Amino acid sequence: MKQSRFGPWLAIAIGTLYFVLPLIATFEFSLRLRRGEYSFDAYAIVLGDPRFQASFLYSTVQAVATIIVGALLIVPTAYFIRLRLPRLRPIVEFITLLPLVIPAIVIVFGYLRLYNSSSWIPLTATTRTSDLLLTFSYVVLALPYMYRAVDTGLRAIDVRTLTEAAENLGAGWTTIMFKVIFPNVKVAILSGAFLTFAIVIGEFTMASLLDRPAFGPYLQLIGANRAYEPSALAIIAFIVTWACMGLIQLFGRGPATAKR
Amino acid sequence: MAQQAQLQSDRAVARLRLGQTGWALLGVTPFLVFALMFLILPTMYLIVGAFRDADGNLTFNNLVDLFQPSIRSAYWISIKVSLASAIGGAVIGFFLAYAGVMGGLPNWLRPTLMTFCGVASNFAGLPLAFAFLATLGRTGLVTVLLVKYLDFNIYSTGFNLLSFWGLALTYLYFQIPLMVLILAPALDGLKREWREASAILGANSFHYWRYVALPILWPSLLGTTILLFANAFGAIATAYGLTGSSLNIVTILLYAQIRGDVLHNQNLGYALALGMILITGFSNAAYIWLRSRSERWMR
Repeated sequence: MKQSRFGPWLAIAIGTLYFVLPLIATFEFSLRLRRGEYSFDAYAIVLGDPRFQASFLYSTVQAVATIIVGALLIVPTAYFIRLRLPRLRPIVEFITLLPLVIPAIVIVFGYLRLYNSSSWIPLTATTRTSDLLLTFSYVVLALPYMYRAVDTGLRAIDVRTLTEAAENLGAGWTTIMFKVIFPNVKVAILSGAFLTFAIVIGEFTMASLLDRPAFGPYLQLIGANRAYEPSALAIIAFIVTWACMGLIQLFGRGPATAKR
Repeated sequence: MAQQAQLQSDRAVARLRLGQTGWALLGVTPFLVFALMFLILPTMYLIVGAFRDADGNLTFNNLVDLFQPSIRSAYWISIKVSLASAIGGAVIGFFLAYAGVMGGLPNWLRPTLMTFCGVASNFAGLPLAFAFLATLGRTGLVTVLLVKYLDFNIYSTGFNLLSFWGLALTYLYFQIPLMVLILAPALDGLKREWREASAILGANSFHYWRYVALPILWPSLLGTTILLFANAFGAIATAYGLTGSSLNIVTILLYAQIRGDVLHNQNLGYALALGMILITGFSNAAYIWLRSRSERWMR
């Protein structure tokens, strides 16, 4: 059956226009700092700003901490659910979906009430514990994506046989977990990790309300006070997001897809 | 003797089994404790607080107070923006997904479209707000070019990026890609044979869509639209970056309430949060129900 390709091409053309135009406009705007000519001055100012470096570093560290804490919590859970506790599966899956249902601002609102400086666990009282609370809040945000990625990764390997083989060779469960299971779901963790990185790096609500010096609140500060620098930051953020998605594709194309 | 040995090994196996389940429970405990402490208890605290007055007595006044004009209008604007961006995102996303999956376009187009949608659906928050300010703001490129070459000022038509339609238009930037990503697998499920069968029976393209494809697709379409609605409803950073606090949507109101108790009633703040949970909760429940319906045909 021959079908007209005009409609599909039109849809793609309009879509491309809508999605590419803001990127071009943002880039053009970011070059306008110097009057009458294009320059990369806005980028130089932003990249040279110590607050940019400090907040970007802070958010990067937060993202890495989130990924480590998330992997340590989620991999053993997904493993034991799959191997020994299938009856808990519906409960755990329901929990991992909750962060998609409860808006982030509501979750952090709860933290501020439950963990304020006069409560039974005063996590917001000191800088260190506030940082920790922010990490935990990001683990919660990443939960749906990380769990899904790890669970898919575990489905692709034969968990039971691997565990029995390791047990026969005399391995205890820490050995099984860190020398057998973790290496086998490395690709899944990585693809979850890059998505987590993309979410955490520019996150605004939680960092702002917990009053942490992250990249999101810095973006807001620059956005409210400067003209051309926000555009440069938007381009940088877009490149970071693009890099994360590219890395997911790169790692996803490895052994994981070959097995499907 | 042999019996005794058998009994002993049975016991050993039983002990091992018990030990294994014990270990397994121990292994999932950190996760359950974490979820309780950082997801469930904080939410419960707000939900319980919504039904209390300042002295801790049970009351429904907070929920009634949600209907005072300023709060009701915040909910209403949030719902309108979320609906507009969800429906717009669903319709445009459907055509894009259709073009990419079944449009008979070159093969390289589909993976390119999917990758780009993966990036764009995650490109939200403040950077997205900056991008749209640079595009359609008062000195944005498109605004300026339209004035320069077509002598057409979009701001003289009443359009304002920092308003309802501006926000909805900006939200489309992550709503459309999300629709494409979720809908593409559903479109893959439409079998070629169905189209051929309907053509043999004398159906034209309209008949095929009206009587075959749409009845199969509608749970996915509606379900994803609801998901987009919930997605926009909980968003705050894009709106905050775009309009500051000038557009009174419910997330921005809640943000101001958390920062400085603008409602002058802590418990009313909890009720505000409860209202949001109810709206996103019902949306997600509807999505899950519709998805289970759509899976009937997607085998």
